[in-house]
Amino acid sequence: MKRSRLSQLSASVLANAIYAMQNFPVMLINTILAPFGFLLIIFFVSHGTLLNVAIIGALIMTMVTSGTSLQGDLTHLKNDMKLQDMLVSSPVSPIIYIAGMALSEIVFSIPNIVVLGLLAVVFIHMSYVSAAIIAAVMLLTFAFSVSLGFFISTISRDIIEGWAFMGLISMLLATLPPVYYPITYIPLPFRYLAYLSPTTYSAMIAQNSIGFLSLSSSGIYLSWTILLGISFFILFLGIKRSRWREG
Amino acid sequence: MVRIICKGLYKTYDKAGTKALKNVNLDIDAKGILTLIGRNGAGKTTFIRILSTQLKPTRGKVILDGVDVVSQPEKIRNKIAVIPQDSSLVPWMTAKQNILVYLLWRGFKYKDAVKRAESALDTMGIREYADKLPRKLSGGTRRKVMVATVLSSEAEIIFLDEPTTGLDPVSRRELWNILNKMKEDKLIILTTHYLEEAEELSDDIAVLDRGRLLRVGSINQLRKSIGYPYAVRIFDGGLKIPGIRGKVIKKDKDTLQIFCTEKEADRIADRLIRSKARFSINPTSLEDIFYMLIGDIKEDIHEKEQA
Repeated sequence: MKRSRLSQLSASVLANAIYAMQNFPVMLINTILAPFGFLLIIFFVSHGTLLNVAIIGALIMTMVTSGTSLQGDLTHLKNDMKLQDMLVSSPVSPIIYIAGMALSEIVFSIPNIVVLGLLAVVFIHMSYVSAAIIAAVMLLTFAFSVSLGFFISTISRDIIEGWAFMGLISMLLATLPPVYYPITYIPLPFRYLAYLSPTTYSAMIAQNSIGFLSLSSSGIYLSWTILLGISFFILFLGIKRSRWREG
Repeated sequence: MVRIICKGLYKTYDKAGTKALKNVNLDIDAKGILTLIGRNGAGKTTFIRILSTQLKPTRGKVILDGVDVVSQPEKIRNKIAVIPQDSSLVPWMTAKQNILVYLLWRGFKYKDAVKRAESALDTMGIREYADKLPRKLSGGTRRKVMVATVLSSEAEIIFLDEPTTGLDPVSRRELWNILNKMKEDKLIILTTHYLEEAEELSDDIAVLDRGRLLRVGSINQLRKSIGYPYAVRIFDGGLKIPGIRGKVIKKDKDTLQIFCTEKEADRIADRLIRSKARFSINPTSLEDIFYMLIGDIKEDIHEKEQA
């Protein structure tokens, strides 16, 4: 029998996005509204001055949320439904499974990305180069968030442990980094904590590309280097250290 | 017919140091239904997880249908499908969607997967529940949908870890009928705690205890292997039968059970008929074989001497 990779990819998208939205539309509303809450707070508190940064921040956070959601979904499917065990004993490979699951999170986030993209077009007059930089940053952020989510889901032995990890990831990738505002708003020495998070570098590069933050050339190179380095390290971790078949 | 070979199979769980399997050796041409029985912690699930490539053994060799599943698991995964213990349907998908995505994960094209899913629902007699979410299904129907997922696949070897646990007697019987149909063209390897289920369904039975494989074979082979293929039950505890060659167990105040050979059963029966005693003779049940194998049946020497 000839197996279709496309079918295997679409299985994850159907299972984790399309059917979930179809059977439980409230999940879609929740996903769309989630990043707007913080965006609105920043808008009101800053009297609109941080709107541009907050929109870009919301786009980056959408990518981070994809990773943390993926971790939650995979942990639930693995530990409560035993889905991973069923799939290990089947012809689907872990790479195809995780690629499909990552796609499913993107599909879930499409309405969000579309609305935030429209807001960005209306309120931020960015060049094509800036748009490309932001897209690349979003892609990298998505890649490391998803890889980290997958890695942690495969080592979580039950949902309680999964929740604990989810809280830690959320702290590292979403709370510490200055995504909705510039890093200069964080006083020293607390700023060093923000530098621990890869999302900080995503935010700094994106904010610099729309002219809100002014990084030196070396600062830009350093931020890209760290972001790429961390992304590849986490990708490597996700591919090599995730537990598909148990030892 | 699928050949299963295990040589010196060990599994120790590192963190706890628990020895789940200890030197399991097996060489069997399995067909129909092979059932693993044993008490909790006997190693059934560990064994099934190793065979189905979910778990690596600590050491030892496992060859399933000519494939080394330890070193080349991907080569057998096209042929196998598993329903793990305590698995359940994805709650946000309908019964049909659950089956459909499993088939897509196995690489079926969408149209083919839809046809197979619908056909499996028909075979299981649960087509009317196709568009229902799992929370609206009874436990028995949910389990049937789980079985339908693997039934609809092309897998030739199906692993079911305690598929009937928690089901009511009617649902259990319905699932047995389905498994009996499935075994016509697939090998089913299942685990169960229900000994009457194993006896009813199995072509072969493997008895595991504390990580060791005690016996494997058909029910008749197991009977022969323990040396007592017949059980004579005498409902008159005070009766004296001299020179009994067998295992004598006092079941209760008035009932005596003797496990023995066919010849000895005939001899005892003659005697009992002459004494006009009430008695029955049956092939030794799997339950009795199991308890004898794990050493939980102790002969009542006093009763034997008195007899």
